[in-house]
Amino acid sequence: MAIDSELLPAPTPDHLGGGRPPGRVTDRVFRVVAFAGGLLVLVILALIAYSTISKAWPAFRDEGLSYFTSDVWDPVNAGFGTLAFSFGTLVISVIALVVAVPVSIGIALFVTELAPRWMRRPVVTLIDLLAAVPSVVYGLWGLLVLVPALPGFYQDWHDLFAGVPVLGDVFDGNPIAGKAFMTAGLILAIMIVPIITAVTRETFATVPQAQKDAALAMGATRWEMIRAAVFPHARSGMTAAILIGLGRAMGETIAVALVIGSSPQITEKLFSSGDALPAVIVNQFGESTGTYQAALIGMGVVLFFLTLIIGVIARAVLARSERKLSAP
Amino acid sequence: MDHHDVTPTNVAPVNDGVEEQPETAREVVFEIRDASVRYGSNLAVDDVSFDVGAREITAIIGPSGCGKSTFLRCLNRMNDFIPSAKVEGRINYHGENLYDSRVDAAEVRRRIGMVFQKPNPFPKSIFDNVAYGLRINRFKGDLSELVEQALTRAALWDEVKDKLKKSAYALSGGQQQRLCIARTLAVQPDVVLMDEPCSALDPIATSRIEDLMVELKRDFTIVIVTHNMQQAARVSDMTAFFTTDVAEDSSRVGRLVEFDRTQTIFTSPSDQRTEGYITGRFG
Amino acid sequence: MTLLETPPRPSTPPRPPISHSSAGGWRRAKNTIASLLIVGSLVAAMIPLVLIIGYVIVRGIDAISWAFLTEDIPILTRAEGPGMGPAVVGTLLITGAATVMAVPLGVLGGIYLNEYSARSTFGRVVSFFAEVMTGVPSIVMGLFIYSIWVLRFGVSGFAGALALACLMLPVVIRTTEEMLKLVAPELRESAYALGGRKAGTILRVVLPAAAPGIISGALLAVARAAGETAPLLFTVLTVNKTNTDLFNGPNTTLSLQIFRNAQQVFTGPQDRAWGAALTLIAIVFVFTLLSRGLSAVFARKHRV
Repeated sequence: MAIDSELLPAPTPDHLGGGRPPGRVTDRVFRVVAFAGGLLVLVILALIAYSTISKAWPAFRDEGLSYFTSDVWDPVNAGFGTLAFSFGTLVISVIALVVAVPVSIGIALFVTELAPRWMRRPVVTLIDLLAAVPSVVYGLWGLLVLVPALPGFYQDWHDLFAGVPVLGDVFDGNPIAGKAFMTAGLILAIMIVPIITAVTRETFATVPQAQKDAALAMGATRWEMIRAAVFPHARSGMTAAILIGLGRAMGETIAVALVIGSSPQITEKLFSSGDALPAVIVNQFGESTGTYQAALIGMGVVLFFLTLIIGVIARAVLARSERKLSAP
Repeated sequence: MDHHDVTPTNVAPVNDGVEEQPETAREVVFEIRDASVRYGSNLAVDDVSFDVGAREITAIIGPSGCGKSTFLRCLNRMNDFIPSAKVEGRINYHGENLYDSRVDAAEVRRRIGMVFQKPNPFPKSIFDNVAYGLRINRFKGDLSELVEQALTRAALWDEVKDKLKKSAYALSGGQQQRLCIARTLAVQPDVVLMDEPCSALDPIATSRIEDLMVELKRDFTIVIVTHNMQQAARVSDMTAFFTTDVAEDSSRVGRLVEFDRTQTIFTSPSDQRTEGYITGRFG
Repeated sequence: MTLLETPPRPSTPPRPPISHSSAGGWRRAKNTIASLLIVGSLVAAMIPLVLIIGYVIVRGIDAISWAFLTEDIPILTRAEGPGMGPAVVGTLLITGAATVMAVPLGVLGGIYLNEYSARSTFGRVVSFFAEVMTGVPSIVMGLFIYSIWVLRFGVSGFAGALALACLMLPVVIRTTEEMLKLVAPELRESAYALGGRKAGTILRVVLPAAAPGIISGALLAVARAAGETAPLLFTVLTVNKTNTDLFNGPNTTLSLQIFRNAQQVFTGPQDRAWGAALTLIAIVFVFTLLSRGLSAVFARKHRV
């Protein structure tokens, strides 16, 4: 097979023997089947890009650039500007990262540097359980428990910062019964903590003991050791973790759809209701047809490429840091 | 084969400094009494007692696995970070119990610095490596002057003075190790512990570090763990010989066999096991 | 010679006894604050976990009964009482179908990446994109299957299973690849030395050695898939009666029912949502814990 010889120039044991023909056939067939399994990844990614772009094309064609730059979303009059949704996705992702990144780094430090050995595995299991809770259950809890509890809390928060420049504006808004950018951001934060923790924990674990010893032997406290030895070594790993967390936050759909309030607007007030790309798709897809549906699929295209780009950068950063750390 | 290197005639000239030092003037830095180290229920080092004198080089030698590194790490409480490790007995530092609850382990490590087996500079510039300890310990004074001083003391200044901003990783192994020594000296310790500091280096780099140790002895107390007997013979004033006992449950326990002047250890050891080890019949 | 130029030791004032000096109050305080924050961040993450699971158990346990798990979903949404039978069946059916598709293909892909193309550019590209593909949002998979399948063949449980399989595939591929990497090369060599062929060696020697790790990864992927909602919304739709025909007609799952019922203002559907959530979390946690148990076994086996 052409594929074989191209991909595997090195002789493998099965090329050497004469032996039983049936074994050789099995060998070939198996290799081709396995190859197909691997190839499937690229095929699916290409198909996603092709099929969603072609289905979304009518909307891209009709709206042109204003599909991205206009904030007028008016399906009845064929106005399909998605800016307010992109804005919402950005805002809630940033809130989620601001909350989740410090917490995740803290947990990763706890597991790798602070916790006694017997505690490490149980803690990792607990954090993994956080990842195992389905998105829709976060949404259910957020909608029926968190949202009713929040307006009072937001009010206090607003009063606390009233008059403070910037913060006074940001911690403001008119939340509809607790559904707001902030609510969606907080739920997202809980949901992305496990993935950020997992990636940071892995990079922290690769910090050489010799580096930590060096800092400690200089009379550094544990925190000073973490700053001198752990953080510099894990910088690219942490960057990748944050990017992967960002990708997750942007694509997370169901929980956000339930708590964000579904009223698209561009505002700096985090306690007001908004909307986000995936939430719009979910909430409006059922009633959509024609260009309307194309516009919704188009948001999927935007999400796909955004998360793809973020994912590629994140994995590239991670791969580079692994190479750097494994070098002598 | 080469063990005839370690004959009295070869050893004596290097150690001539010891003879002049009258026994009574010996200032004791570490007073170690019945020190044992356990990992969980495993006994790693059992019942070690000896004194480390000020401005002397004390070598700890012995076969691998005899707990010499483990023991060395007790002297600046590096074992604190191994959760299961426990130190028993008494280790006094200038007359005070090192493991007293009032003693701050970070301060202990500043005063009792450590150089490791493999050079382990931080992934920072040469300058920042030396300045690190000064910064965290909030040294007053001119940072670059203190860095220069430390690098000069570590006999590295001339080689790096033009590339202080370069990464420490650009240096050779021997230079990196001297950088680590400079980094340790910068915070003005009292004692420098060295854990096989030359085991990753070539002979030329090794001899530079040995020269440096002898030089540093004027101001610092040095305790060095080495598997290289010639090195102990060349540089140290006092030598502690550790060995491994295999217990009934086949766990290995490190024990101090003999502690004496280096010259005595290498010429007329009082224990047969010491003699066996230094003549190469054992270990 | 440089050594001779060494400056004399700066005359330092006599040091205070070590028990009377410390690394400095502020430095110690910072260390303590940092330690507290680190522990605090763990607590901060545990609070929502405990709250969510607590609520799901407390609110769900009242709703769950045998009738709840087996009876049809009330046609009148705001009605009180059970059940969720069609959703339980749908979840098992659709997740099962996705597993049957994704796991064998994923394992094959992983085998190819580790055993046949470990150092080739193609292998590295596929491995890289499999990793990237794990980050593609699940809603995009739903839109994808909608575009290539549902528009032609209509909604069905199978369409949903396809979307879930696309989500599981890269996870299974990467896990398989990682687990095969852990298998000692000596094992392969000794099999070859006995005259084994490549396919036979992989299937009979290498794969069994890595099996617990691979199954562990697959279980985790199954757990994730079972809880997915977004990819099923446009591919499966919803029904009130059990539909055991995977290939025809709309179906439903627990996750879809939670999503639908959570948005109702009546207590009947809300109770059913909590009950469905408890059922779903039970399924997902069983798979997750099984997976962790197996990976612990695998880790112990491969510790040298």
